[in-house]
Amino acid sequence: MKANCWQGKRKMSVETVPDPKILNSQDAIVKITSSAICGSDLHLYNGFVPTMQEGDIVGHEFMGEVVETGKAVQKLKVGDRVVVPFPISCGRCFFCQQGLTSVCENSNPNAFLAEKMWGHSPAGIFGYSHLLGGFAGGQAEYARVPFADVGPLKIENGFTDDQVLFLSDIFPTGYMAAEQCDITPGDTIAVWGCGPVGLFAIKSAFLLGAERVIGIDRLPERLRKAREDCGATTINYEEEDVLDALNEMTGGRGPDHCIDAVGIEAHSPGVQYAYDRAKQALTMESDRPIALRDAIMACRNGGTVSIPGVYGGFVDKVPFGSLMNRSLRIRTGQTHVHKYLGPLLERVQKGEIDPSFVVSHHMALDDAPEGYKIFNNKEDECIKIVLKPGEKRENLQQHVTH
Amino acid sequence: MATQTQETTRTVQPWQQAQSGQKSAVLGMDTERLARGLGWYSIGLGLTELLAPRAIARLTGTTNHQALIRSYGLREIAHGVAILNRPRSAAAVWSRVPGDALDLASLGRALASPRNDRGKTIGAMAAVAGTTAVDVLCALKLSRVTGGATRAEANIIINKSVEECYRFWHDFENLPRFMNYLQSVRITGDTQSHWVARAPGDFRVEWDAEIESDVPNERITWHSTPGSQVQNSGSVEFKAAPGGRGTIVSAKIDYDFPGASAAALAKVLGKDPEQIVKKDLHRFKQVIETGEVIRTEGQPAGRRSSTTWLDSVAR
Repeated sequence: MKANCWQGKRKMSVETVPDPKILNSQDAIVKITSSAICGSDLHLYNGFVPTMQEGDIVGHEFMGEVVETGKAVQKLKVGDRVVVPFPISCGRCFFCQQGLTSVCENSNPNAFLAEKMWGHSPAGIFGYSHLLGGFAGGQAEYARVPFADVGPLKIENGFTDDQVLFLSDIFPTGYMAAEQCDITPGDTIAVWGCGPVGLFAIKSAFLLGAERVIGIDRLPERLRKAREDCGATTINYEEEDVLDALNEMTGGRGPDHCIDAVGIEAHSPGVQYAYDRAKQALTMESDRPIALRDAIMACRNGGTVSIPGVYGGFVDKVPFGSLMNRSLRIRTGQTHVHKYLGPLLERVQKGEIDPSFVVSHHMALDDAPEGYKIFNNKEDECIKIVLKPGEKRENLQQHVTH
Repeated sequence: MATQTQETTRTVQPWQQAQSGQKSAVLGMDTERLARGLGWYSIGLGLTELLAPRAIARLTGTTNHQALIRSYGLREIAHGVAILNRPRSAAAVWSRVPGDALDLASLGRALASPRNDRGKTIGAMAAVAGTTAVDVLCALKLSRVTGGATRAEANIIINKSVEECYRFWHDFENLPRFMNYLQSVRITGDTQSHWVARAPGDFRVEWDAEIESDVPNERITWHSTPGSQVQNSGSVEFKAAPGGRGTIVSAKIDYDFPGASAAALAKVLGKDPEQIVKKDLHRFKQVIETGEVIRTEGQPAGRRSSTTWLDSVAR
């Protein structure tokens, strides 16, 4: 089959590799019809995630058709159309049973590596480094899905791939970010980053009862989407000082809750960015927590800083005193996708949200390296790329207009 | 296993056993403790060099090269941190030796200068040379490949009842499902079993074991029968976790490899016994909670441009 493989910093290549096989009796093989490139894949692309190995197949947002099942699989059948959650959950450990599926104790065979880095290990994740299990990812024609009766969500009615694909990651991720804020009516929520996760966080905050949501970014097409498709008020951080603007909008109190949907590769105008870039380059700091620092400083007393943005290692100059002295609360985590699949599919079915609004590009699997390039460089008004394995370039209308 | 494994593990190296007969103050000391001592010594000296370079210059009878002494202080601190992070790593202790050489060289140069207090400098050189000897000794001891006995202990919390955990472990034929180096265990009698281990290069090592004590739902201990080519003993305990949250399983495994025939197995088990027992327990948890050990070998991948550290670490 063909698969998109990581070959080093800013090097992806579509290669012919062996087809995946059933390795455990609870596995299924899925023939992939849609597979998105995630913002967090750009952290792999830019070399910020340790323990990647040349040749690793990437991709963790995918869906398709079950073509083979292991002998212990009972619920899934060949021919089922499924969306696959990005974390791998065994469904039976202490954490899975509480719904904390992204910290499953059994799905990371390389738990000992993660323990060295983080003290304890989270769940395995498709296509996201050996630290997180070394599982082959889903930017490929086929993928092997462990614990097939636990993860994949069957799609039984006529939704398009674009409408349900994002249940695999970014919709639940944005939703969990908003849910963690425990929004009460009248709340103002500020969201750093209007990429796909930020946009879903904005929509979710409104679904959960927020009065006003403020989206912060620098790219006009993303700010426009936040305003026009999600109903947010926006701040372009290259044009105005974010903290001043937020104070102005909230009478000096600050937003009730703040969401960092940016993570380790944040940008900002000015010295702070240069400082973090330099420290990162010298490997004195692994992550650039610029959005996180802002989110903490901006948040109102007693509010929540919710962090769906990906962090990998160590951050520097985080204003912990502000957190402590002002009774802030931090909520974060890789998304416990499994818990949200059913409820969010229901919201899609009820027409409360159509997740396909984030898609800007459809591309053939062969064009994945080009996709990474334009997504990384924010070219061509790129917001979300969906790769279509099995479809030819000439049959795809690359730009999606809504 | 991440979340709950607490190990109190150590490798009993041959030189730590009384039989070595080396009894001087330094040689008799536990090597790991010696390494820790060197680590703290590095940090102490480093901090002094960094914060009070003038005092160091006075003590060593050298003229006042504050910047140089401060930079040596930073180096000492780095050595100290490296050693304390991994007090069993020979590499960390070896890293001190070139530093000692640099110190000696610098002091040697200072000795040539008539402005310095040569008596004090010579004293300082003697002190550094003494430290170098201890460094080399400690590093050599840590570098020696384990050939003797290994003992490791680890525990893990499992989301199953004490009865289920005990019953699964009690059937020794289940052990190869989570102890990767075992090829098979066959029950040969009420308390007897025959164990076959595999080692690199298609070596097979076999021995017979006997259950020594068996307290249902509490503990099982076993040991290899006298005269086996591998002396193995082990014990496993099962305790209900607080709050009805499953079972804490603690395993203690000892191996002794008296003969050359078991050297290949010693290589596998001696390298990092604690990690092996931890991984075994993590696999035990996977098997008993989910029914199988999750596999990743045999997955597709693109061009691997080289074999990297991952190949050796991840397996």
